[in-house]
Amino acid sequence: MKRNILALAMASTALLTSAAYAEDVTLTIESWRNDDLALWQEKIIPAFEASHPGIKLKFTPSAPTEYNAALNSKLDAGSAGDLITCRPFDASLALYDAGHLSDLSDMDAMDNFSDVAKAAWQTDDGSASFCVPMAAVIHGFIYNKDAFNELGIEVPTTEEEFFAALDKIKEDGTYIPMAMGTNDQWEAATMGYNNIGPNYWKGEEGRKALIAGEQKLTDEQWVAPYATLAKWAPYLGDGFEAQTYPDSQNLFTLGRAAIYPAGSWEISGFNAQADFEMGAFKPPVRNAGDECYISDHTDIGIGMNAKTEHPEQAKEFLAWVASPEFATIFGNALPGFFPLSKTPVELEDPLAKEFASWRGECESTIRSTYQILSRGTPNLENETWGASAAAIKGTETPEALGKKLQEGLANWYEPQK
Amino acid sequence: MSRPRFRWHIVVFLAPAVLVYTAVMIFPLFNTLRLALYSKIDQERVFVGLQNFTTLLGDPLWSDQFWNALGNNFWFFLMHMLVQNPIGVALAAILSHPRLRFAAFYRSAIFIPTILSFVIVGFAWKLILSPIWGIAPSMLDAVGLKSLFAPWLGKEEYALTTLSLISVWQFVGIPMMLIYAALLSIPEEILEAGEIDGITGMSAFWKIKLPLILPSIGIISILTFVGNFNAFDLIYTTQGALAGPDFSTDILGTFMYRTFFGFQLQLGDPYMGSAIASAMFAIILIGVCLYLFGIQTRMRRYQL
Repeated sequence: MKRNILALAMASTALLTSAAYAEDVTLTIESWRNDDLALWQEKIIPAFEASHPGIKLKFTPSAPTEYNAALNSKLDAGSAGDLITCRPFDASLALYDAGHLSDLSDMDAMDNFSDVAKAAWQTDDGSASFCVPMAAVIHGFIYNKDAFNELGIEVPTTEEEFFAALDKIKEDGTYIPMAMGTNDQWEAATMGYNNIGPNYWKGEEGRKALIAGEQKLTDEQWVAPYATLAKWAPYLGDGFEAQTYPDSQNLFTLGRAAIYPAGSWEISGFNAQADFEMGAFKPPVRNAGDECYISDHTDIGIGMNAKTEHPEQAKEFLAWVASPEFATIFGNALPGFFPLSKTPVELEDPLAKEFASWRGECESTIRSTYQILSRGTPNLENETWGASAAAIKGTETPEALGKKLQEGLANWYEPQK
Repeated sequence: MSRPRFRWHIVVFLAPAVLVYTAVMIFPLFNTLRLALYSKIDQERVFVGLQNFTTLLGDPLWSDQFWNALGNNFWFFLMHMLVQNPIGVALAAILSHPRLRFAAFYRSAIFIPTILSFVIVGFAWKLILSPIWGIAPSMLDAVGLKSLFAPWLGKEEYALTTLSLISVWQFVGIPMMLIYAALLSIPEEILEAGEIDGITGMSAFWKIKLPLILPSIGIISILTFVGNFNAFDLIYTTQGALAGPDFSTDILGTFMYRTFFGFQLQLGDPYMGSAIASAMFAIILIGVCLYLFGIQTRMRRYQL
């Protein structure tokens, strides 16, 4: 008799648990942020699952360089996850046009974002929004505070001061003045050209004029940043031509380099690696007193696979992503990725705070090549990588680079013809 | 007199291999060739005939990249033919010397890199040659030749040659093994007969062994050709899909990958990608045919 009861109890528990499992819906998230795996598993997913019983999340990131290709293949094959982390601009727009992403314009939660924040994931006419904006990254320079104190260097605000500081570090010889390599090319473009460039082309003003065809890449404000980049070469480490992105990161966090041209996404990694105090300064302006511009680039959004089997649960998750609760968790767990929602988020990390404070002092803009201009062949963004690396290495003159880029753009972009 | 029975067992035994091979090789191959004749216009797949190929060869934007990749590919191949295969033959000749000690050890040591993954080889060499952490600069420094060191993988003029030599290092074991096997199959009597006629040492190699292993060298050349023109992995793992610096290491494989799957903001174009893949297929086919009909049929063979 006793044994029977036990068997019955066991059977009923088994039944109950299996019933509970059957009700749970698991949503899979596609992402290129494999660095964030721990954050999702330890903070975001538990927070969401606690407030939304019945929905389980699975975060399945792939390598950043392979993400676009892998995602496109998965979507075409119908094996992609329910939620898709969106690259800004055309990569996601193409997914929307191909019917892979759902239109989210009618979601109430979208009102939590400004138009600028939403612009990266809208159709050209702004009629449809297909991804919930998650975060932006800000460019600038991270520096080794200990090194600056040791050498008695003030944080530079103008280009003149910037190069004077570099000279001083180089003369002293303890530190490599600046950690950057040209091997991976994108560093030169993203942390070089698009970092210092907005001060030259006056942020949004120049970027929009370029899209409208009123300015050309051969104009002074678009060529001059290359000339400045060319002056960086003597301050980069020996053999910077073969120095990769991880090399640069390690050089800086090991305390061997004094300045690191950065994107704010480095903050959490650097906090974990570096055992010296870090500070940040914004791209130096050309002349004292100039208006400053920063690249505050909308970088991550999240959308819904149009073919998902659980659209309601997916929308529930997206609405939660748009909420202040998510912004607070995300902004603080990932210092350096700044939430885009209208409600300001209180940040705790001092370095991240420093980056975010520039939003109040300077005009924000996004990277010049991202909206519309990288739609054709040749691809302006990829060409800019090569051009920026060539500028630093000095293999081509800034004027020649500007001319080459302009020719490439004029080749397919009507307003620039 | 009954008609010979149809031999079903032949069909049955062939079927698994034929089916699998068709599904994973023949069908994708022809589908790729077919895809090259289409293009996507306004989300619709449209038949465009040979237009993708005229773009590839006629539009300077594409043709510059194509010829650059093809030229780099030929250089990559040439380096293998000039460095890998002669070294492979030389190693095999040395290994087959009867009085060499530890021959088995050398043989395995030289062959091991061949079984390593490209990712490991690429990563290891990138570290060895790194100007920051690598052992290459300090080793050169130890013998007083530091001035010879350059960031090879980052310089336009050296990067491709450096990568070719890395690939040679990895694959030199294959020609070595094939030639070694061919050398071992040469009967002693022939060499002894030569010795009686006064042909010994080096001249025995040049006059007897080399003519006998020529067919093997031919096979190795064609394997090298096919392997090199399909190469992709090593360049991708060390230099990325943009095959930097400034496309100086771009070969057809990386060019195809970038076009087919897209890269960063550049969206993938499966149709142009297929056109490039078809061009690669054609180049390899022509190369193999030239060899088969132009060289192999004329090669003298000796009955051993």
